[in-house]
Amino acid sequence: MKLVNIIVAIISGAIVLLGYFIPNEGLQSLRTPLLNWALILSGIAGLVAIINLVFMVHWKKLKEPRTPKMFSLVVLLAFLGTLVVGIISGPSSVSFKSIVTDVAVPIETSLMAMLAISLSYASIKILQRHRNFMGFIFFFAVIFFLVLNTGILAFSTDIPLLRYLLSGLHQLPVAGARGILLGIALGSLVTGIRVLLGTDRPYNG
Amino acid sequence: MTPLLSLIGLGVVLLTGAGILMFTSRIRNGKASTIRLIPEVSRLRRALGLSVEAGTRVHIGLGNSPLTNASSTTSRSGVNTLLGLGLASSTSDHPPLATGGDGSVSLLSKDVLRSVSTETNTRDLYDPDHGVLTGVTPFSYAMGTKDLMRDPGLTTNLLVGTFGAEAGYLSTGNDSPDKFTLAVSDSLVGQSVFFAAGSNVLIGEELFALPAYLAAKPSFLASLKVQDILRLLLCLGLVTAAVLKVLGII
Repeated sequence: MKLVNIIVAIISGAIVLLGYFIPNEGLQSLRTPLLNWALILSGIAGLVAIINLVFMVHWKKLKEPRTPKMFSLVVLLAFLGTLVVGIISGPSSVSFKSIVTDVAVPIETSLMAMLAISLSYASIKILQRHRNFMGFIFFFAVIFFLVLNTGILAFSTDIPLLRYLLSGLHQLPVAGARGILLGIALGSLVTGIRVLLGTDRPYNG
Repeated sequence: MTPLLSLIGLGVVLLTGAGILMFTSRIRNGKASTIRLIPEVSRLRRALGLSVEAGTRVHIGLGNSPLTNASSTTSRSGVNTLLGLGLASSTSDHPPLATGGDGSVSLLSKDVLRSVSTETNTRDLYDPDHGVLTGVTPFSYAMGTKDLMRDPGLTTNLLVGTFGAEAGYLSTGNDSPDKFTLAVSDSLVGQSVFFAAGSNVLIGEELFALPAYLAAKPSFLASLKVQDILRLLLCLGLVTAAVLKVLGII
């Protein structure tokens, strides 16, 4: 059975990959349904995981003695409420979407606002945690580029040497970000190919 | 995509695949593969040992990237890290706890935990509820995971996956001396937040190296080797292109 799993996974992966590189109609007609099946399976996995979260985690917590129940109760009520309203009015209903976003968006926005404060506090303490060269570089780079991006040095456009220098400095964060992203891209490539080759099998249980 | 770019892309994929197979076979045949020391990983190993000794549980947060988008390899790397964690802490009475922000990743983590329990003969300790979905949006995932991380019986935390600004909630407040948190994200925002708010942080491609450090499987070590070679070639290409550009040749 494991061998069948591996063969199916490798063939499916190879078809989707080749369909990306080779514009062949036969490959495309196989690739599209495979991708659609993957999306359907992913949706079902999401549903299974949510049912698991609601019934195996929060329902269990409600039944267990001496465990805090308030948050689990809120999760269960919110889940049931959303499910019932969603089934009655349909997921594409404007009023249903409005109810969901009117709750979710303000909560997530307020969490983001709170995060800004806790991150500012964490940044002040950064030199306590990273007492090394990289910690100092990070701290001073943050301060330097914050100042640079305030536009306080806007007068430099009139001074050729300073203008070139600041233009070069503006490129530094971009270069650093690209360096990190290239590393991540290489890691992604290698991990993906490992799965395609069947040497990495996260699906065989 | 132009035919030339497609051909180059396909060539890179085929060569990378051939490289992984070649190095895997070499490592299986006993050719030693050395990997550089990462201090954060050494600290993680120590924390794992302490956790096993103290009888506490290890937690891994797999982020909220689904398996159906471009960041899926990050989740796969997180799942492989879970495999490594499971094997590294196999002597513990408490198997790792995995949290995810996507259903497919949560199901995959359950499967990996089952696989680890079979491999380490600890099937009686396997509990499918140790692979749990804690929220489906970035902030709900962070809040649900943070709630689990407060458990005093959970002393080692590993955050490996796609994390954005919500990473701030997961990495702050873990400063107690008996807790250890190692974090890495494939997102630039997540990385900078982890670096600003956490103590033990891995950067960039180290995310994909973590499974090789925890579970020294030949395929993991081989892909690390290929990754290093590709990085070297890319650096050479970038420097050559820059020199040619300065000289006005291209």
